Amino acid sequence: MTDPIEVAMVVNGAEHVAAVEARKTLADFLREDCLTTGVHLGCEQGACGACTVILDGQAVRSCLLFAVQASGSAVTTAEGLAGADGSLNVVQEAFRECHGLQCGFCTPGLVVTVTAYLADHPDPGRDEIRSALSGNLCRCTGYQGIIAAVEQAAVIAALQGGIS
Amino acid sequence: MTDHDAAGGGAARFVGQSIKRVEDPRLVTGHGRYVDDIVLPGMLHAAFLRSDYARARIAMVDISRATAMAGVHAVFTAAELNHHVDSLAASVNPRDAPKTPAHVLAAGDVRFVGDPIALVLADSRYLAEDALELIDIEYEPLTPVIDFESAADSVDLVHPELGSNLGSSVSSVDSNLSAVFAAAETVITETFHQHRQCNMPMETRGIVAHWEPFAGRLDVWASTQSPHELTATAARILGLGQHQVRVHMGDVGGAFGQKIFVGREEMALLLAARDVARPVKWIEDRRENLIAANSARVDRVKVSMAVNGDGVILGAQIDHLTDSGAYPNGGKPASGSNMVSMFPGPYRMSNLGWTTATVYTNTLGRGAYRGPWQMETVARELMMDRVAAEIGVDPLEFRRRNIISEDELPYTTATGRVYENITPSETLEQAVSMLDYEQFRIQQSDARSVGRLLGVGISACIEPTSAGRGALGSEGATVRVERDGNVNVFIGTGSHGQSLETTIAQVVADQLGISMDSISFHQGHGTPYGFGTGGSRSAVIAGGAARAAAIGVREKILSIAAELLEAASADLGIEDGFVSVAGTPSRRVSLAVVANTAYSDPEALPDGIEGGLEHAARFQAPPVTYSNATHVCTCEVDPATGLVTILRYIVSEDCGVMVNPMVVEGQIAGGVVQGIGGALYEEARYDLDGNPLTTTLMDYLIPTAAEVPLIEYGHIVTPSNTPGGHKGVGEGGAIAAPPCVLNAVNDALACMNVNLTHLAATPDAIVTALAAALA
Repeated sequence: MTDPIEVAMVVNGAEHVAAVEARKTLADFLREDCLTTGVHLGCEQGACGACTVILDGQAVRSCLLFAVQASGSAVTTAEGLAGADGSLNVVQEAFRECHGLQCGFCTPGLVVTVTAYLADHPDPGRDEIRSALSGNLCRCTGYQGIIAAVEQAAVIAALQGGIS
Repeated sequence: MTDHDAAGGGAARFVGQSIKRVEDPRLVTGHGRYVDDIVLPGMLHAAFLRSDYARARIAMVDISRATAMAGVHAVFTAAELNHHVDSLAASVNPRDAPKTPAHVLAAGDVRFVGDPIALVLADSRYLAEDALELIDIEYEPLTPVIDFESAADSVDLVHPELGSNLGSSVSSVDSNLSAVFAAAETVITETFHQHRQCNMPMETRGIVAHWEPFAGRLDVWASTQSPHELTATAARILGLGQHQVRVHMGDVGGAFGQKIFVGREEMALLLAARDVARPVKWIEDRRENLIAANSARVDRVKVSMAVNGDGVILGAQIDHLTDSGAYPNGGKPASGSNMVSMFPGPYRMSNLGWTTATVYTNTLGRGAYRGPWQMETVARELMMDRVAAEIGVDPLEFRRRNIISEDELPYTTATGRVYENITPSETLEQAVSMLDYEQFRIQQSDARSVGRLLGVGISACIEPTSAGRGALGSEGATVRVERDGNVNVFIGTGSHGQSLETTIAQVVADQLGISMDSISFHQGHGTPYGFGTGGSRSAVIAGGAARAAAIGVREKILSIAAELLEAASADLGIEDGFVSVAGTPSRRVSLAVVANTAYSDPEALPDGIEGGLEHAARFQAPPVTYSNATHVCTCEVDPATGLVTILRYIVSEDCGVMVNPMVVEGQIAGGVVQGIGGALYEEARYDLDGNPLTTTLMDYLIPTAAEVPLIEYGHIVTPSNTPGGHKGVGEGGAIAAPPCVLNAVNDALACMNVNLTHLAATPDAIVTALAAALA
């Protein structure tokens, strides 16, 4: 075991500083040290996408990074997409409207992935959406409501002048 | 809406509507509370040492180095834990059911790769896994039993205590079959194989347990479908009363049958928790989940079907064999009783002979997976196409000649099941009409003329839901109106994605005339006993209980309000939280005032009405509530790569009165896509030595958004005989989809003389079959 290393990052707008082992994953750091337990671990192999967070503007798998690698960065999780008053962002609201979730375990990773995707691709076609979602596994919905939610979110975000 | 919705007095304002889910605001924002989110002071973290061999004697295991490691609190092996447990059996197993040996941890030998051998408790999961590497173990490898088709004859025994690898074997006692077969115009025999699949819930198994010896209380948080089964099992293996066990139910990230019964690792953790008297947590990782939680679907069925010259089915003989693995979930070998008794499905099949057997192998144990008996539909629907081809009749026409029509109901099958309120013929016609089957045949023929391989598949099924037997047959619910008029509902379910928090609230809100946000939903500790959520039972049985409890409270509300309003209770209705007199809406009293009166003003209560405002009810389900569906899909197969692309996927189903159509369609879609995964992509594989080859989600391939078709739904609504008119719908999608897809693939490949009888139709399997057909 190596000596702990100080890690500092801004998570959902709040500064977090902690001394952690070099081997601690970003996902575990976010869950245990920052209490953003919406970061879900479905495989810890980078395959399922449930742990996806936005790291300095990019959607990444937090199980494949060490916390020390993300030191100095800004991270947004599913918790950070919602308003402080509990209001849902356009993607979260669309997931609810379109029944894009059942058990909800994959959902935080999906809404993060989709939010980041729509920010870069405001007017995707259905095949592009399917492709963009293909790195996030869901076992409950058969993706029907998820694909519909992304289409709806894209339309509403466009009407609102972009995604936030 | 139907009369069923209004029956009981409440107006159908919510039942029947696609109400947005109550669960969602917390789940879409990452604020769900799953078991891994439970953190308790002083909590220890568990990791299991697992076998690297499919079958081996443990020559030596030495935990001393691991025990001495800094940060390690305790290490347990079979020697410390196993003597507490005399059975792995589920609390609902029949007393005479055969039992697997009761090894919580591997004792003396290991019986599959992944078999848990030792349990480490440490200050963190990281440290617990470090300590696993310090456990010294020596194996003496033995020849494993991997092939389930030859397991019964093997001299090598998975469980030496049992003296045989045959887990169970049953056959029909009498049948008129030989005479039927002798007289038949045509008898066709084919054997179908279904491969090993995994439930693969997105959340793996997990449990937190805390034994407080001075309180005499065990608190448990778990990812479970059945909090009461966990209560019963925890109490039994720890020698506690069930009143000493509190199972807390949070959000659960899917299960599909995997989390009904208490697994060996969970038992080990409960035993260890008592020993250390500190909170302990085990969260399964994905590799463990894929090699040690459960697998399913390993079946072989030989079908012989007799038909007359008109293409009418006269009878069938089925011989079914399934693989129970080493430690099947629930502590007993698989049962083929549903498999054989549902084989006739939606068709007139007046004679049926059957055998069903299961064997132990040195592989991952079999567990329930969404329609655990679905091989009946897989084999039957594949056989329908096989026979149709043999007698030169289109598969749709062959089904039309044999499918049960509504005017034949009630219909008793050759296996003694009595169908009522089902619509096999209607769903078949709706589904093929949604496709425009004849038009597709033209399109297919045109495509073939330019070298493209298109196919259509049909699959029809009857889904036996909401079994009304034994401990599974009823659920209880308590509906309590609090002093301010808001409502708590306590129910024995284990919702893990089925949206019960929403649908049960819909049922209760209608009966009480209140808004859904006045209702809070409780599962787990403190709720009435119920088997939990599985077996497509919650809409009928839990819904029935919630409805009955709500009706009981409603009656009491009306009695008290009648006194307060000086009116007859028969003249009162409840709407928007107010009880009012029919025709005189200004004469009203709020539910809050009624409730406060019930708790605080005994003098104001009518004679004979006791204080408080709650009602407990239990709903006993009828023996079986059948729903039915027909699936139709079309596909294109690329003969060069073997890639199957599903073009359209149509489901026509009849699940009676839908509480929430959006939720129903979500259940169908989820099941269908799991079935598509099973038909085309997913396979949990072992090598000949019993090493699992699919231990990550890069190897075990569930469908992604890129592969799935858009699913089209048709609904036929035939109410069941239950009070709400509901039927179960959770499993049908996964039951009917695999043969639907395979029939479409075979239809596409028929012109190449390929007919696949083994699932899955992977690209490799298709290319290999095409090459063989050309050779």
